[in-house]
Amino acid sequence: MNELLLVVTIAGERVALPAAAVESVVELESLIPVPRAAPHVAGLSALRSRVLTVIDCMRSLELGDTDCSDGIREAAVVELDGHHYALIVDLVEDVVEAGSDPAPVRAAMGTGWERVSHGMVETEQGPLLLVDVAALVAGVEAKAAA
Amino acid sequence: MDDLIADFVAECREMLEALGGEIVAWEARPDDRARLDSIFRFVHTVKGNCGFFEFPRLEALSHAAEDALADVRAGRRHPDGALVSAVLAVIDRIGEMVAAIEAGEDMPTGDDNHLIDALAPGAEGTAAPAAAAAEAATRASSAPRTIRLSVELLDRVMSTVSDMVLARNELARRLRESTSDVPVDGAFERLSSIIAEMRDAITRTRMQRIENLFVGLPRMVRDLSAELGKQVLVDIEGGDVELDREMIEMIRDPLTHIIRNAVDHGIEKPAERLKVGKREIGVLAVSARQSGNQILIDIQDDGRGIDGKRLVEKAIASGVVGKDDAAQLSPRDQLALIFEAGLSTAKEVTAISGRGVGMDVVRSNVERIGGIVEVDSKPGEGTRMTLRVPLTLTIIPALTVSIAGQHFAIPRSAIEEIVRANGESVTLEHVGGAGVATIRGRRVPEVSLASVLGLESNVSEQDRTLVVLRPAGGDVYALSVDRIHDHEELVVKPAAPAVMATGLYAGTTLADDGSPILLFDPAGIAAVGGVKLEVQERTARIAEGPASTISKATPVLLFRGLDGGRRALRLAVVDRIEEVPASAVNETAGQLRVQLGESILPLAGASASEIGEGKVRLFRLNDGLHEIGYAFAEVIDFATIEHDVIHSERPGEISGVSLVNNEPAELVDAHWLFANHTAAAAPKKEELVCLIPDWDPWMQNMLRPLVEAAGYRVVDDAENEKADVVIASLGEELPEDASHKTIWLRTEPEAASKKDFSIYRYDRAGLLMALKSAGAGRGK
Repeated sequence: MNELLLVVTIAGERVALPAAAVESVVELESLIPVPRAAPHVAGLSALRSRVLTVIDCMRSLELGDTDCSDGIREAAVVELDGHHYALIVDLVEDVVEAGSDPAPVRAAMGTGWERVSHGMVETEQGPLLLVDVAALVAGVEAKAAA
Repeated sequence: MDDLIADFVAECREMLEALGGEIVAWEARPDDRARLDSIFRFVHTVKGNCGFFEFPRLEALSHAAEDALADVRAGRRHPDGALVSAVLAVIDRIGEMVAAIEAGEDMPTGDDNHLIDALAPGAEGTAAPAAAAAEAATRASSAPRTIRLSVELLDRVMSTVSDMVLARNELARRLRESTSDVPVDGAFERLSSIIAEMRDAITRTRMQRIENLFVGLPRMVRDLSAELGKQVLVDIEGGDVELDREMIEMIRDPLTHIIRNAVDHGIEKPAERLKVGKREIGVLAVSARQSGNQILIDIQDDGRGIDGKRLVEKAIASGVVGKDDAAQLSPRDQLALIFEAGLSTAKEVTAISGRGVGMDVVRSNVERIGGIVEVDSKPGEGTRMTLRVPLTLTIIPALTVSIAGQHFAIPRSAIEEIVRANGESVTLEHVGGAGVATIRGRRVPEVSLASVLGLESNVSEQDRTLVVLRPAGGDVYALSVDRIHDHEELVVKPAAPAVMATGLYAGTTLADDGSPILLFDPAGIAAVGGVKLEVQERTARIAEGPASTISKATPVLLFRGLDGGRRALRLAVVDRIEEVPASAVNETAGQLRVQLGESILPLAGASASEIGEGKVRLFRLNDGLHEIGYAFAEVIDFATIEHDVIHSERPGEISGVSLVNNEPAELVDAHWLFANHTAAAAPKKEELVCLIPDWDPWMQNMLRPLVEAAGYRVVDDAENEKADVVIASLGEELPEDASHKTIWLRTEPEAASKKDFSIYRYDRAGLLMALKSAGAGRGK
């Protein structure tokens, strides 16, 4: 099991994204809001003539708002069904190798985390929550509708 | 036609190349259904196209192969070695013929019958195509004038160009910040314009008007219906919708199939139609429109419709659905069975659309480009097929607007007009909290973009601009925005599902500065904004009187001229109302002119002495080519002419008098205005003069515009001018004069005798021809 994981911090929590899904890590400068879109859609941004839909991970996890006022935000760019998304994270830390298959987390997590959880993986930096990117992008409402 | 043949040849060659491997695989495993299907589709396509191009030998060959393969597909026949060889021989022969067509040579000689016979069940012996194929290969192929590029390559070029634009913008910013150096700026400007040009060109390479696809349809339907002994009228709409070139290619076949099916199976024979009480001419309506982020192509016939029950029976018989499942199908699902392979309700197999093979091909082709085919049918009333294809990479001319500092784009196709909320003939009112705008007497619902989007706008309601929108298939409404910016051509890409879920947007695009812009879906805004949409426009006109028959009445603009006269001008010729300072009006070159922005227009409706101090208000009139201004004092109202017009005796600025709103008003003759003022604005060097008797009202009223449109200046007897052409009624006495030609008009359609050179006075073509030849004689 040699899957690479991107370790990021969301809402102060260190979690892992599957590195294969992440195209790049960018610093977002401008953010164009999308009025009336779901709350976790922070807006649109452009990256090399592509439009990125920016997802506020904190809001997607129902953990409050990311403060975007200070300008530059770090984000992980992922592609899903032909659309590109930028996931706003607090910090991009490192790439580590997964040491195990994801295992269910038996302890009680927050509902937001529960929804996006793919399970827990062992890494050399200790156990990390593997986040389901699609669930993160879908946000709260899509889940409720499904 | 040559283009179409070239397309056909290219398509066949591509299919043949792709088929190369399939044929070998099929030879090895004749039971392989997928291979069989692709070979079948090839011969089916060839057959279809041949019928259109009249290649009878190709058609006979492909039809025979199709028949044999159809039997195999239906399980009536087992594919044995003899059949495989025979089919391969036919495909080789098709390849030879296609090569011959491409090279512009005659068809290779030889009899195809033995090939066709070899397809028959139990036929002995196989054809030997090898020799012929070798001969074909040695033929020099003609030099290609076009090359085929993969769309991926174009995509790559396009995205590179987009990146280049962004890099240029970045460079522009840096250059502005640093101290400017003239030569560097000059070089940068040149680079800039080259990049813009390149971007334009590369974008255009991908776009095509859907007209290119529609242009062949009438002919195809005509030929088809003639062949089938039917009468079909084609009604085409929306040819100016632009679509990705690849998209157009991808929907060409499905569209052709659907239309063939509609003519063949949908529309009945004239006798049958009359029996069920329909007009004997069937109507096939093909329309394209843009709806949100999709292009919708409707193909609607008024034929016999699809029998859902029979489809189900067929589907059960051929094992597509089980009996139990079939019972569960909704009427819609029943109709959808038409897209299953090997199903058709046609009783007989015809050369036109065959045995229901088309529709599964149609669906797979459309779905491959992310589209949907829908079918809706009422037995006895007709069938409607709708192709929905995505708008991806479609260029949309759009208007950029802003609200609360954020820019958005509105597709220009939906925009009817733009007015200022505090403009002349616009009032904004609130009825029960809902906004209602009255624009020139027309009441339209008003939607505030700020409230739809939930944004705070710091522009007061009266200072906003109203964009009057008519979404595809919807009703008119006015959208109030803070500011209008620019017209731009935008390459629209679909937005992420979370953004599309709002229902407000049709897609996203990048502005020139690289920042994303959201493109609105006008129908979506109307829905979210609470505008009640109706299929037909029902905007209320302010009632003019109890018995106003809109259909007969001519809408006019009632106004008071500078001299105080009550006048009316046809609404259609008025472009807009302008207000200029009196200093913008000058008498130059013997004509009063007004400066509007950067253009100078002739000004009518006023003399130099009537232009006082202060502001001058004027109508901007447009005939499509020229513009002129018409000064006025005030607009009284919008009205319609319902009463008879008493025509003035001599042509002039006023064409007549009529009662408008129960008071007499002079009707301004816009034709005369343009004829006089634009001619004065740009006098032609060699103006042809035509003499028309002034006592003949028919000639003055009916004929005169026609003659003037043909480029003549019209004079009457009173004016002592040398005429190039004289038009006179037959029987009239005219002095002999060799200096001009005379066109005689008669009132009867039939000429009295063979020596009679006169022209029937309603023979428009004949008249124009006579005027043209008379003018040509003079020009020498």
